[in-house]
Amino acid sequence: MTAAVSPGLVVSVARARAVQQAGHSGVDNAPVIELDAVGKVYGSGEFHVEALRGVSLSIRQGEYVAIMGPSGSGKSTLMHILGCLDVSTSGCYLLAGEDVSAMDEIDLAEVRNRRIGFVFQQFNLLPSLTALRNVEMPLAYAGIPRVRRRELAKAALERVGLGDRLDHRPGEMSGGQQQRAAVARALVGDPALVLADEPTGNLDSAATKDVLELFGELHDQGRTVVLITHEADVAQRAGRIIRILDGAIASDDSNLVGSNR
Amino acid sequence: MTWSDILSNGWDAIRTHKLRSMLTSLGILIGIAAVVLTVGLGQGAQQRVSKQLSALGGNLLIISPGSSTTGGLRGGFGSASTLTMADANALTSKTAAPDIGGVAPILQSASQSLVNGSTNWTTTVVGSTPAWLSVRGRTLSAGRFLTASDESKAAAVTVLAADTASELFGPLNPVGRSVTINSVPYEVVGVLSSAGSDSTTNLDDQAIVPFSTASQRIVGGSNRTSVQTIYVKATSTNRLSAAYQEANTILQDRHAVTASSTSDFSITTQQSVISTTSSVDNTLTDLLIGVAALSLIVGGIGVMNIMLVSVKERTREIGLRKALGGTPATIRRQFLSEASMLGLTGGLLGVAVGVGGALILPHFISNPITISVPWIAIAIGVAIAIGVGFGVYPAGRAARLSPIDALRSE
Repeated sequence: MTAAVSPGLVVSVARARAVQQAGHSGVDNAPVIELDAVGKVYGSGEFHVEALRGVSLSIRQGEYVAIMGPSGSGKSTLMHILGCLDVSTSGCYLLAGEDVSAMDEIDLAEVRNRRIGFVFQQFNLLPSLTALRNVEMPLAYAGIPRVRRRELAKAALERVGLGDRLDHRPGEMSGGQQQRAAVARALVGDPALVLADEPTGNLDSAATKDVLELFGELHDQGRTVVLITHEADVAQRAGRIIRILDGAIASDDSNLVGSNR
Repeated sequence: MTWSDILSNGWDAIRTHKLRSMLTSLGILIGIAAVVLTVGLGQGAQQRVSKQLSALGGNLLIISPGSSTTGGLRGGFGSASTLTMADANALTSKTAAPDIGGVAPILQSASQSLVNGSTNWTTTVVGSTPAWLSVRGRTLSAGRFLTASDESKAAAVTVLAADTASELFGPLNPVGRSVTINSVPYEVVGVLSSAGSDSTTNLDDQAIVPFSTASQRIVGGSNRTSVQTIYVKATSTNRLSAAYQEANTILQDRHAVTASSTSDFSITTQQSVISTTSSVDNTLTDLLIGVAALSLIVGGIGVMNIMLVSVKERTREIGLRKALGGTPATIRRQFLSEASMLGLTGGLLGVAVGVGGALILPHFISNPITISVPWIAIAIGVAIAIGVGFGVYPAGRAARLSPIDALRSE
């Protein structure tokens, strides 16, 4: 754990990387995520549970952020709100400059499709489809024509090192390979944010290392990566670590080890 | 997500669960096969009846002289008769009467005594043209029928009905032999196949001679072109009323009749017989279709059941699709398309089984089965509709799932 360093330093490192990768989506150095006093209450009346209590947070483009917290801390709720899978009950959330806190289900689906690439603990690849078809899926929902879809999906799989596994089904790939395919699926739509929820939770140590290196590469290429984890050594890879406790941010530190890796 | 994506997703899902999809489709399959077969049986029976009827004159118009409504006493033959050979010829016009397939003028004597050596037999002698055979839907068991040349020469030839032939000649082949009518020898040129009897007369006991022969040699009378009855055959049973209209118009024109009440002829049909038979068949067909519809509903509930299981089982997939940008509408469409494809698969297989049955079954049962293309199209449409109809509820459930809950499910 590093001592408190001004976030500006980390940002400038990220910016330098982003500048190197000029031409990548979005405006340089613009905040990808801006949460302002976001709260989430489940239920109502006596039985209500306050899962998030006024979380304010800004993540700039190109940052590699780990969100940590024990179970029940509100970490998952935060992840759902960041991923536009759920909406907050109070406060404001701007994703790539767009206010998503008051969107309806249909607009949220579109935002998820365009802005966010998800990586899940359980990979969530459809077992009946080949890697290529799995990676194509977000593009299909975006309405991209089939031929173009195939090209983009192939490129994404090649980028994660699965160029020779295009026609393999998930059952024919190792856990690490499956998670790589899932990362390819997250990248294929060129989202503003890659949101990974315990991406190494189901992987052995070799595959964990493998996948984390992939996230490192994405970060080096200027991607904004937010990783939710409860494993400290996974979080150590990130350039910034946000700890959640009892629905609020307990600490928000730059991590020079991670960012200078 | 385009429709072709949605359909190919649906097809993938069906292929992934082959056994389950087959079993689900089975309900629809049985229902559709039952519809195809029962409709085929019903229509087959109907066609057979109308074929039998048309053989016996089901598509027959009978034109009689005089007005049946006035009911006055008519004079002797040849004096009051208003129908002529020219009327009969006018009805054969293909332009004025396109729905008339054949015309046979009839001149019938009172019973005559036919003599073969020492054997004699009294029967009806019918004078008609060569068209009689097809108009009455009869066939020959031996020899030939009357020809145009017999007609123009008023030849002394006759064709005997089956019973008449056996009464006069026993087991011998009568063709080439001769019978005597009114002391004139007639050569037997042919014998009619047996046709049974209609409600009033034995169709197998008569002798047919050329119309000209009957009018000149047997019936006699002053007006030798008079016709007793004209049989008119419609081109098909369902053209009967059109043929009726045409015959009526032509004859009213020729007889300068302005109102039907003053008609000097009447036209009767056997349509009433046909409609009675059809309605009996229809009742039976309706009943069987009702049974088939029940089995389709059961099949539809099967589809709904399996779709509900499928939604439950694929909750995670639904969550994933929603996370990746699937809207409730695209999710609903995906499951609806799956359900309708299950219906379609069942429908197509059902049609295949039904058509197969329609081809094979008639070899084992006596009933003919018609394969009706419109009904097959309807059956497939119904199968898809059942899939969609019973898929709405499961698809709605899938669409309403919250992505978080769906992703969390095990």
